Amino acid sequence: MTKLTNLTLASARDGLKAGEFSAVELTQAHIDAMAANKDLNAFITETPELALEQAAASDAKIKSGDAGAMEGLPIGMKDLFCTKDVRTTAASKILDNFIPPYESTVSGNLKKAGAVMLGKTNLDEFAMGSANITSAFGNVKNPWSADAGKDLVPGGSSGGSAAAVAGELCLAATGTDTGGSIRQPASFTGIVGLKPTYGRCSRWGVVAFASSLDQAGPMTKTVRDAAIMLQSMAGYDVHDSTSAPMDLPNFEAALTGDIKGLKIGIPKEYRVDGMPQEIIDLWKKGEDMLKDAGAEIVEVSLPHTKYALATYYIVAPAEASSNLARYDGVRYGHRAEGELKNLDDLYCKTRGQGFGDEVQRRIMIGTYVLSAGYYDAYYAKAQKIRTLISQDFKNAYESCDVILTPTCPSAAFGIGENEDDPVKMYLNDVFTVPTSLAGLPGISVPTGLSEGGLPLGLQLIGRAFDEETLLRTAGVLETAAGFTAKPKMLGA
Amino acid sequence: MAYIIKGETGDWELVIGLEVHCQVVSNAKLFSGASTKFGAEPNHNVAFLDAGMPGMLPVINEKCIEQAVRTGLGLKAQINEYSEFSRKNYFYADLPLGYQISQFDKPIVGEGVMVLDLDGGETKEVGIERLHMEIDAGKSQHDQHPTKSYIDLNRAGVCLMEIVSKPEMSSPEEAGAYVRKLRSIVRYLGTCDGNMDEGSMRCDVNVSVRKVGETELRTRTETKNVNSVRFVMQAIEAEAARQVELYEDGGEVVQETRLFDPTKGETRSMRSKEHAHDYRYFPDPDLLPLILPEGYVENIRKTLPELPDEKKNRFINELGLSAYDASVLVAEKEKADFYEEVAKGRDGKLAANWVITNLFGALNKLGKGIDESPVSAENLGKLVELISNDTISGRIAKDVFEIMIETGDAPEKIVEEKGLKQITDTGAIEAAIDEIIAANQDKVEEIRAGKDKMLGWFVGQVMKATQGKANPGVVNKLLRDKIMG
Repeated sequence: MTKLTNLTLASARDGLKAGEFSAVELTQAHIDAMAANKDLNAFITETPELALEQAAASDAKIKSGDAGAMEGLPIGMKDLFCTKDVRTTAASKILDNFIPPYESTVSGNLKKAGAVMLGKTNLDEFAMGSANITSAFGNVKNPWSADAGKDLVPGGSSGGSAAAVAGELCLAATGTDTGGSIRQPASFTGIVGLKPTYGRCSRWGVVAFASSLDQAGPMTKTVRDAAIMLQSMAGYDVHDSTSAPMDLPNFEAALTGDIKGLKIGIPKEYRVDGMPQEIIDLWKKGEDMLKDAGAEIVEVSLPHTKYALATYYIVAPAEASSNLARYDGVRYGHRAEGELKNLDDLYCKTRGQGFGDEVQRRIMIGTYVLSAGYYDAYYAKAQKIRTLISQDFKNAYESCDVILTPTCPSAAFGIGENEDDPVKMYLNDVFTVPTSLAGLPGISVPTGLSEGGLPLGLQLIGRAFDEETLLRTAGVLETAAGFTAKPKMLGA
Repeated sequence: MAYIIKGETGDWELVIGLEVHCQVVSNAKLFSGASTKFGAEPNHNVAFLDAGMPGMLPVINEKCIEQAVRTGLGLKAQINEYSEFSRKNYFYADLPLGYQISQFDKPIVGEGVMVLDLDGGETKEVGIERLHMEIDAGKSQHDQHPTKSYIDLNRAGVCLMEIVSKPEMSSPEEAGAYVRKLRSIVRYLGTCDGNMDEGSMRCDVNVSVRKVGETELRTRTETKNVNSVRFVMQAIEAEAARQVELYEDGGEVVQETRLFDPTKGETRSMRSKEHAHDYRYFPDPDLLPLILPEGYVENIRKTLPELPDEKKNRFINELGLSAYDASVLVAEKEKADFYEEVAKGRDGKLAANWVITNLFGALNKLGKGIDESPVSAENLGKLVELISNDTISGRIAKDVFEIMIETGDAPEKIVEEKGLKQITDTGAIEAAIDEIIAANQDKVEEIRAGKDKMLGWFVGQVMKATQGKANPGVVNKLLRDKIMG
């Protein structure tokens, strides 16, 4: 018999509509799964009572025929989205007591669509990390750990969301992606992760990391689910000047399964030195699958790719250093206790105690690159390269419709690995960062298993605001890959 | 007239530039939508953004953009169709975001020019460097509690225009004239209420000194937040004197921020060097570049009122006023409007005299503003008319005006009731003249012998005999005819 936690958003939606089960039953099944899998540490704050309340309200709406697009579907909410009256921490000690009096636009949109929030998922502190090991609320364990025989990272920063979806603690979850924070953990946990075009989802009420890069997106079990969830999350918001004043297409309707004649670009610069053979093979396999489905494969060039990571690690910390200045202990959040000499002392102690090492590292990098005398050499130059990277993609899209790359250079690694070397950790984002810098939509689709039996994803990159073609291609790749593997912990 | 400080080593001149912060007249703050109403309870006009809550984003209040463009046009300045908002990063307890949203290298308004009205009707042009928009910080209160500071965020996020002059002023008087003129222009435009005592206009004063004849600029200091025209002038005097003394004692002026203490009449250093700020400006990624749509500036230009300079020129050229009178009248729009109503269809010069000398003088004595004048513009206009059409003499008019100030009554009513109408009936005047001539034949002879001055004596006698109501022109003419004719 199918367990309720096995369902996808689409099948659960249909089941609720058909009256096969109630939203309360569906929600309870996930609450039970959350309780049984606390060792994953996927949630920072669980809200089961609230979820059951919402589910009961959803059942009433379904009965009365007022169901929203995601009515009664239990999801996880990355703890970067401010949720009214529910603690929002950004996985930082500095916000460990912060309860927002407002609801972010995206979580509010999902609520309006009827989605049931199970709780707030763990993440890297302020979304800064690629392994979910910088959270003040502890590491998240990858559900595939048992398959590797050791504790694996789920990727980051949306590691809690990825683990919760892959571990079937929720049907889907929200993520945010600044340099790969949705796509990389999706790849590490064998799920679908979509970073929409910058401006597609409102940033209002999302704790900011790097404003010009941050973008919310769905983390789901299938491509169809990603389309369904994006539909409810996205849309123009007058409260976010950078959100796109555009109507939304019907994303689910874009999944026609037909990519005949579509041109798939393979960027030659992504064949980086030292890339494991299994990644190269998987990439080739993806290429063949799309070709077999009727697409045309073309080689494209993104010549400035090699500068992307360095550019990202100037732009993102620069913005972060300013965005995080508001956490000063004056109005809300953690405040240093004990003897304080003066205002500066309050700042230093509050921020020293409240921020973890990685956040402090990035604030310092960001402060440095914006400093007088260094601005031109770092920040101004990085902005120029960012423009060149965007231009690279524009040029490439003259000869192709979608670009195919690996999502990450490796499968999930063990907790504790790479931790001594931040630069090595940053390399996780090498394939995802250029997309972010260009503001383009990218999706990671689970496509195969590594030699060690761990999931690997391929990334598709689309034109700006062309999530439809992106999702259509991703759907075809998903079908062709037929990725059905599940982590051992699920007993499959 | 040059303002020179005579030192022991020679003559020193001043180089002055002003940065004036003008609070924009708008209902809502620049980015948060919170109210800007003055005088609200502390921390009542505060949106989540103003308090620096996580995830809050700025959205431009279009009204503020319009006001900045209007002001730019009023300063005859370049309006930049492309501008950017940047973050100026620093930590302070009344700056919740940890940065001030401001404009840095791409301000909304570029170079312009302002005409200063100086003593004796002289003018001087001073260049405007730029005008940029920014948000105000909150207010720290350190005197409410022995060990705590209080923060009021009502002001945080309110839109300011910072208007920067070129360093082209050379005396405290010019700086004072600059602030007064700027205040006049923004008030005409309705873009800032100009109330310095409420902090709606605050002045940062940049001063350096140099030996007369030097062409290079020496180190300047910036005296912050000076809040009246008088203090601006005093601060400049004090700071320039301090700098001259420093140089003459063999010292150097340090580039620094200073504060003016009006009670002691001196400036003092505000920030020490250790705290020199590196503001780490960068474009605010939460805001798109500000691009003014086509026709936007022209549409605003069409709604500009007549500004003080244009009004002044019209008063001089069309109403025949002196430059001095015109500049006194246009300094405040309300005064200019009052004057125009008085002068409408009447003798402009005479009206100006009455408004400036008599009305302003009387209001001054009463400590009242033009808006509280007991004499309405309509009634003062009628008084001017009564003089012009010889109903009353200028001397009688002064008495009538006194009564108007006390009672607010219309002049014709006063003239009627008190029987002050001028006698222009030649018969009545002739009778009086004949009587006086008959009684003073000796004096008539004197005049006939060439002593013209004696004629004045006769005029005085006739006026006395008619209680001042005789028309002096008629009296003069009749006397001449009778004595000389």
